[in-house]
Amino acid sequence: MDIEEINQIIDRHHGEASALIQVMLEIQSKNHWLPGKALERVAEKLNVPMTRIRNISTFYKAFSLVPKGRHEINVCMGTACHVRGAPRILETIQEETGIKAGETDSDLKFSLETVNCLGCCALGPVVEIDGKAHGKLSSADVPNLLKSYE
Amino acid sequence: MSDIHMQIDGKEVIAKKGDTLLEAAKRADISIPTLCYHEKLKPYGACRLCLVEAEKNGRTKLVVSCVYQAEKNLKVRTRSKKIDKIRKTLLELLLARAPDAPIIQDMAREYGAEKDRFQQQASFCVHCGLCVRYCAEVKKKNAIGFIDRGIRKEISFIPEIAARECESCKECFPLCPTSYLQAAYVLVKGLTFLPEPPDPQVDLLDQGMEQGNEKK
Repeated sequence: MDIEEINQIIDRHHGEASALIQVMLEIQSKNHWLPGKALERVAEKLNVPMTRIRNISTFYKAFSLVPKGRHEINVCMGTACHVRGAPRILETIQEETGIKAGETDSDLKFSLETVNCLGCCALGPVVEIDGKAHGKLSSADVPNLLKSYE
Repeated sequence: MSDIHMQIDGKEVIAKKGDTLLEAAKRADISIPTLCYHEKLKPYGACRLCLVEAEKNGRTKLVVSCVYQAEKNLKVRTRSKKIDKIRKTLLELLLARAPDAPIIQDMAREYGAEKDRFQQQASFCVHCGLCVRYCAEVKKKNAIGFIDRGIRKEISFIPEIAARECESCKECFPLCPTSYLQAAYVLVKGLTFLPEPPDPQVDLLDQGMEQGNEKK
C-alpha cells in the first residue's frame, strides 16, 4: 500500500481527527493490516498522538498490526456449531492450510481465526470466508471450498 | 460564581461551581484516600478508592468523589462500614498486583486489607494511568500509552518518542505507585534505544541498580 493511497483516504475524511477509526478501518480493509509507516502518516496528518493510535489498534480486534492473508477465514466455535462438529472443521482447515487459529500462512493467502458465534446457528457448522458465510459444512467439503479461493 | 453549600462528614462546606467532591473535601481538610488522582491532571476515576456516600433527598448512593461534582444540599460521608468494606476489597485486588507498593501497603494497613486474598497477578502495573496522563496532559509528549484491553491492558512506550524525550524528563517516574513504570522504561531502553556512546551496557546496569535501591 503506497503513501498516496493513504493520503487519499485521509483527504476523503477531510483530515479530521474524529475520523481516526474510519481512516484506520479503510486502511485495514484495503491492505488487510496496518503497517507502522501508514499509521505514522495517519498520526501526522490527523494530528493525533501515536499512543492513541496504538491504543485503538490494539483495542479492537478488527485491526491487525501484523500482515494478514488475502482471505480471512473465521471458523465459528459457538455452542451450536460446536455440537455440530466445528472442532473437526477447524482441524481440517488447519491441516489443509498448514496454519493454526490466529496465524497467517507465509504466502499471505489465508488468515485463520476462530470466533465465538456468527449468529446463524441454524446453518451450523459455519465458516465465514471474506465475509461470506458457508453453512452446513462437513470436513469433506473443506478442501474444495478452500480451493475456490486464490 | 455561586457558592454551593453542602455537608461532608457533618461539616458545613462551601464549594465552588465545578468543584468535585474530592476538591471540596480537600479544601475543608477532610482527607479521602486516592491512588489515581493528581492535581495537575484531569479526573480519571480509575482506582475507585475515593468513593464516598452521597445523600440527596434522603437517598444515598455511592459515587467516586474525584469525578462527582459538588451539588447543593448534598450530604457526603467519606467513611462508613460500607465504604470501608469496598475500599478493603479494592485494596486487596490492588495488592494482588502490587504487593510491595508502599502507598498501597499503607492504605491496606488502615483498611485491614489482606495481602493474599486474591491470587497474585503477573504484572504489577495497577493501571492508574498517572504516567500516561501526565505525559499527555502536562508534558504533551505522548511518549507512553496504554495498549490492548481488559486483562491484557498494559502501558507501553513509543520507542521513537521515548528515545528522544524520556532520558531528560522522567517526571512521571515518581508518580508511579508501584515502580512498574521504571521497569517498563528500563525494558524499552534496553530493547529498542540505539546504543549511545560511552557504554550502554554499564548505563543499563546502573539504571537497574538505582531502581533496585529505590524499591527498598
